[in-house]
Amino acid sequence: MYVYDQVDQRLVDERVAQFRDQTRRFLDGKLSEEEFRALRLRNGLYIQRYAPMLRIAIPYGLLSSRQLRKLASIARKYDRGYGHFSTRQNLQLNWPKLEQVPDILAELASVQMHAIQTSGNSFRNVTTDHFAGVAADELVDPYVWCEIVRQWSTFHPEFSYLPRKFKIAINGARADRAAVGVHDIGLHAVKNGEQLGFRVLVGGGLGRTPIVGQVIREFLPWQHLLTYLEAILRVYNRYGRRDNIHKARIKILVKERGIDKFREEVDAEWAHLEHSVATLTSDDIERIETRFTRPAYEKLENEALAVEPGFLSWYKRNVHPHKVPGYAAVTLSLKKTGVPPGDVTSDQMDAIAGLAERYSFGELRVSHEQNLVLADVRQRDLQALWREARALGLATPNIGLLTNIISCPGGDFCALANAKSIPVAQAIQERFDDLDYLHEIGELDLNISGCMNACGHHHVGHIGILGVDKNGEEWYQVEIGGNQGDTHPRGDGETRPGGHGETPPGGHGARLGKVIGPSFARADIPDVIENLIHAYLQHRDSEAERFVDVVHRIGIEPFKERVYGHAHQRAPRRQRELAVA
Amino acid sequence: MATLIKGRRVVSESSPSRNDKIVRLEPGDDPAAVALEGVTRVEINFPKFGDGRGFSIARLLRGRYGYTGELRAVGHITRDHLYFMERVGFDAFELREGEDPAEALAAFATFSAAYQRA
Repeated sequence: MYVYDQVDQRLVDERVAQFRDQTRRFLDGKLSEEEFRALRLRNGLYIQRYAPMLRIAIPYGLLSSRQLRKLASIARKYDRGYGHFSTRQNLQLNWPKLEQVPDILAELASVQMHAIQTSGNSFRNVTTDHFAGVAADELVDPYVWCEIVRQWSTFHPEFSYLPRKFKIAINGARADRAAVGVHDIGLHAVKNGEQLGFRVLVGGGLGRTPIVGQVIREFLPWQHLLTYLEAILRVYNRYGRRDNIHKARIKILVKERGIDKFREEVDAEWAHLEHSVATLTSDDIERIETRFTRPAYEKLENEALAVEPGFLSWYKRNVHPHKVPGYAAVTLSLKKTGVPPGDVTSDQMDAIAGLAERYSFGELRVSHEQNLVLADVRQRDLQALWREARALGLATPNIGLLTNIISCPGGDFCALANAKSIPVAQAIQERFDDLDYLHEIGELDLNISGCMNACGHHHVGHIGILGVDKNGEEWYQVEIGGNQGDTHPRGDGETRPGGHGETPPGGHGARLGKVIGPSFARADIPDVIENLIHAYLQHRDSEAERFVDVVHRIGIEPFKERVYGHAHQRAPRRQRELAVA
Repeated sequence: MATLIKGRRVVSESSPSRNDKIVRLEPGDDPAAVALEGVTRVEINFPKFGDGRGFSIARLLRGRYGYTGELRAVGHITRDHLYFMERVGFDAFELREGEDPAEALAAFATFSAAYQRA
């Protein structure tokens, strides 16, 4: 856990005072709507469909039991007793009152939390691998680097009014669990011999123009991380488009310039910055490193498995390997059927805080798949933890499976949404409620976004569902073949600078899905998914071949035929109408 | 009359003398192309509240091009910008109508520390 020093604390306190003043001026009519909008957004405050929405930062997804209890109490006191974990590893409250937001921020500051830059045209929360620090395939603990980037990007004087939001992801392991290929900047730790550095990807992103990031620098020695980021950001701040919000992300600039031209511009800028005062030293790294508390692991042996049915399927899906013998990481599923994906009640938050205290050193992580992770559980405690988690409704053994649906809040809450997401997720979960069948289908990412802003990351779901509006009605478009990143790398993962090595295709294994055809009514979606699954099971060459692998091997046609062939027989007229819609 | 802050004080604008050489830059202008010789004041315009290009221009003028004269932010400026603007090198600010001058001065002390070294 990162522990604040006096400067960190002062900054969040001063931020609360600043926002209190801004809110007061707005309510007094001294700040216009437009001015206050830019200011409130960079404090995570949206004006939503039914109420404001407050997005609370959980830096790189790391949270203590004490903080989670505070979140539970805030949700109870200022909201309706629940919160929503987002794909950016943050927590959203859907019903706060504008006038009370400064008080909420003050309460957050009392537990070293804030809502700084969780929205608006600024740097957003830096995200990373939810198994950071415990994964066996890790080259470097990304938390230290996340914190370095968090500090650098917090209240950056030059880059506080960017053309558009800016998301950075850092991955420290060989497998990419941070989806670096679909971020404005993705940093993937690599080693060149003994030297640590980063492969830098730029220009990825989802939203209405999904683009996979490209490698701008194959190997950036760690000392240069901040100066190089500064060079990229300066080029973006000056030349990123500001005339059209839909073309303002850095991905558009990179695309319009071409990666080679863009790289030249960045390098020209970097030539002036490369050895500036922002160059990092080992002292800097150590200073940040020592501010993290680390679990005091016991010396343990790996445990043999108990054979309780139910426990086994949970163990198989929700328990993950740990680099320290005798320990394991555990995912608490927030994807129980009937509960909106990522939602937790205040009571659950309190209970989870207790679980983390008793089983995992009082810490937990939020995953970008909207689940919670207890990263440091003794293997001998797994069964006891499972029983407790099950009693709380947090032990659905579906991590990595079809019902582990990633979804935005959708039209039930969000003013931007074209369509609802949560009922779709629920209908799919209800259809696929047979665990044995789910396990047989195997690994499958299903993502739902209620509009093309793509908060549910539907472009990188193995199956992606997008809510669209057609003449005021809610319809759903289906994509298949997307992939968030190379979560199953082969080979040693080391880079070979100088272009001799193999550059991963595109953005680190990230791939965008392809639309299978005309969109569907909400009620048809479970059938559509079922048909896609039937086609997959029919075509896979073994159980090891995942849904997404089959799509990549045989293309979308066989899936399309299966879906529209069936739909066509059942509802020919509507399909024809849709085809011309 | 808009409030003018210079050197963290509210001042009234004196009319330019013939020795003053003033350059005004728009957000899209390239500071590399400005002849800074003999210039006494550079004004950078912020036409919209959220347009941050002027911050980079200021940084470049001060850092890379060694400009030491007055650097004035003009346009849609409220107290909420002052802290960042001062940090990138502005030393004069023309606030938009309706800003309370005394309250605005307090904004320079919004944050008492910074994470960035430069």
